[in-house]
Amino acid sequence: MARIATLARIKLPEAEWEPLANELARILTWMEQLNEVDTSGIAPMTSVAAARLPMREDRVTEGGGREEILANAPRTARGFFVVPKVVE
Amino acid sequence: MIEGATGPWEAVIGLEVHAQVVSKAKLFSGAATDFGAEPNSQVSLVDAAFPGMLPVINRFCVELAVKTGLGLEAEIRLESVFDRKNYFYPDLPPGYQISQYQQPVVGRGKLTLDMSDGTVREIGITRVHLEQDAGKSLHDQHPSLSYVDLNRAGIALMEIVSEPDLRSAEEAGLYLRKLRSILRYLGTCDGNMEEGSLRCDCNVSMRRPGEPYGTRCEIKNLNSVRYVMQAIEYEGRRQIEILEKGGAIEQQTRLFDVARGITRSMRSKEEAHDYRYFPDPDLLPLVLDPGWVARLRAELPELPDAKKARFVSQYGLSPDDAGVLVAEKETALFFERVATGRDPKAAAHWIMGDLFGALNRFGIGIEASPVSAEQLGALIDLIADGTLSSRLAKDVFAEMVATRAHPASIVEAKGLRQVTDQGEIAAAIDAVLAANSDKFAEYRAGRDKLYGFFVGQIMRATAGKANPALVNRLLKEKLAQ
Repeated sequence: MARIATLARIKLPEAEWEPLANELARILTWMEQLNEVDTSGIAPMTSVAAARLPMREDRVTEGGGREEILANAPRTARGFFVVPKVVE
Repeated sequence: MIEGATGPWEAVIGLEVHAQVVSKAKLFSGAATDFGAEPNSQVSLVDAAFPGMLPVINRFCVELAVKTGLGLEAEIRLESVFDRKNYFYPDLPPGYQISQYQQPVVGRGKLTLDMSDGTVREIGITRVHLEQDAGKSLHDQHPSLSYVDLNRAGIALMEIVSEPDLRSAEEAGLYLRKLRSILRYLGTCDGNMEEGSLRCDCNVSMRRPGEPYGTRCEIKNLNSVRYVMQAIEYEGRRQIEILEKGGAIEQQTRLFDVARGITRSMRSKEEAHDYRYFPDPDLLPLVLDPGWVARLRAELPELPDAKKARFVSQYGLSPDDAGVLVAEKETALFFERVATGRDPKAAAHWIMGDLFGALNRFGIGIEASPVSAEQLGALIDLIADGTLSSRLAKDVFAEMVATRAHPASIVEAKGLRQVTDQGEIAAAIDAVLAANSDKFAEYRAGRDKLYGFFVGQIMRATAGKANPALVNRLLKEKLAQ
C-alpha cells in the first residue's frame, strides 16, 4: 500500500492501509474474472470504433502564448515555472 | 579486454541513444521545436498538459522514425502502440511520458562498425521507438527553487536501443559516430550533440571472457562521444575493482561527473523505476500502409557503408581514406565534386590534408569551407597541366584560404606560374654551379650528398617556381658531363 501511495503521490494515513488493501484486493479479484474468457488468438480491442489514428502535418500552429501557459502557475519568474527545488 | 589484478575482464556495453527528430512541430502538438527560444514560448496546451487536451500525432515524425529504421536495416512494424510511462517530475506536466513499450514502430536491425584494424563488426539494434522529450529544469537559478522551461516538452525523440554487443569504450565511440553519420545521411536527426539532439545512456557490466553477463549499471544522459568513452572506461575500472575484491555490483543508475571524470550513483529510490506502462487511451495504434513504407525504402539515400564501398571501387581509394571521406555526407559530396574528371587520389589527398588542416584551424565544417570544390578542382588541374609544382600549389592553396580567390587569378597576380622553360632552368643551374665552384669540385670528388644542396640553391634562385622534375633531370645531365 505504501508503495502504491508513493508512486501515485498520495499521502495515505497508515490506518487506511488495511481497509484500502482489502478493497483493492476485491477489485483485482473482480477484474480477474475476465481471465475466464479464452482470448488466445484474438487481437486486443483498442477502440470501440473502427477508427484509425488521425495524423497531423508537420506545421507550427501553436505556442507563443507564454502568459496563457503560465497563468495558472502558483509561482513564475522570468518566463519560467518555479517549483520547490528538485535535484537528483 | 581489460587486464585486472586477477586476470582479464571483458566489458559488455549496450547503448540507448535519444535522437531528436528534425521536425518543425512537436510529436503530438503544433508547437515549434527551435533550439534556444525564450523559455515557455514554444509550448502548446497539450505540452503543458492542460485538462482535456488530446494528442494528435505528427505524420512527419512517424515518417522519419520509419526512415531511420530502414537505414538501420531494421524490421518496420506496421502496427505499433503508444504507451504511458508514468513518473512524477516538475518538467513532465502530465505525470507520464508518451512512449512505446512492448510494440515499438521499429524492431530488430543492425549497424556495422569499421574497426581500426580494418575488420568490421556487426552490432545488433534491438529497437527504435518514438517518444516525447521532457521539459528542462534549471537548478542553479535559486538556492531553494527550480525553474522549469517546457519548450522541449513534447519534442519527438527516437530512442535507438542497441544489443549488448559492444565490448569496449572504443567500440561504443565508433558505434555512436556511425549512428550519428547514418542519421545525418538519412536527414532524420541533425546529430548536434552540443544542442542535445543526440543523447546517450550507457549500460555497462563486466564479466570474465566466456561467462554470462554480469550485473549492469546505467550511466545516464551523456552528450558527447568523448564523455561516453570516458564514462565507460571509468565505470569498467570501478566495477572490476569491486569484483576483484570479491564484492557484488549493485544495479543502479549513475551520472557521469564531467569535471571529475567519474561516475556516481543517483540518489533516486528504486521505486522511481516502476513506470507502470499501459497503452495510452488517447491514442489509437499506429498503423502504417505497407505501400508507403515501400516508397520510403525506395527513396532512401546512399548510406555511408554503400558510399564507402563505391568510393573504394569507383575511385580506387583505400578503405581508410574512403571511410574518412564518407563520415560526413557534406565531405563525401565535396569530394565527388572535386574528383569528377580528375585524379581521385589527388582530390582525396588535398581534402584530407590541406583542406581539413585549414578547416580545423578555423574550427568550421566543410560546408563553410573558404575553398569551394570547384576552386580546389581548378588547383588540381593547374598541377596536372604543369602550371604549378605541388610545392607552389601549397602556397597557392594557403592564399586561396586567406583570400577566397580563384587559384588561376592567384597564379597570375603573384606570378607563381611554374618555370618549365628548359633554357631558363639550365641557366639557373649554370649560375648556381659557377657561384659554388668549390662545392661543385667536392661533388665531383665523390661527395654525392651535395646534390640536394644544388637542388635547393636552384629552387631558391628561381623563387621556388622551377619545375622540380625538370631541375632534377637537367641537373643530373649537367653533373654527368
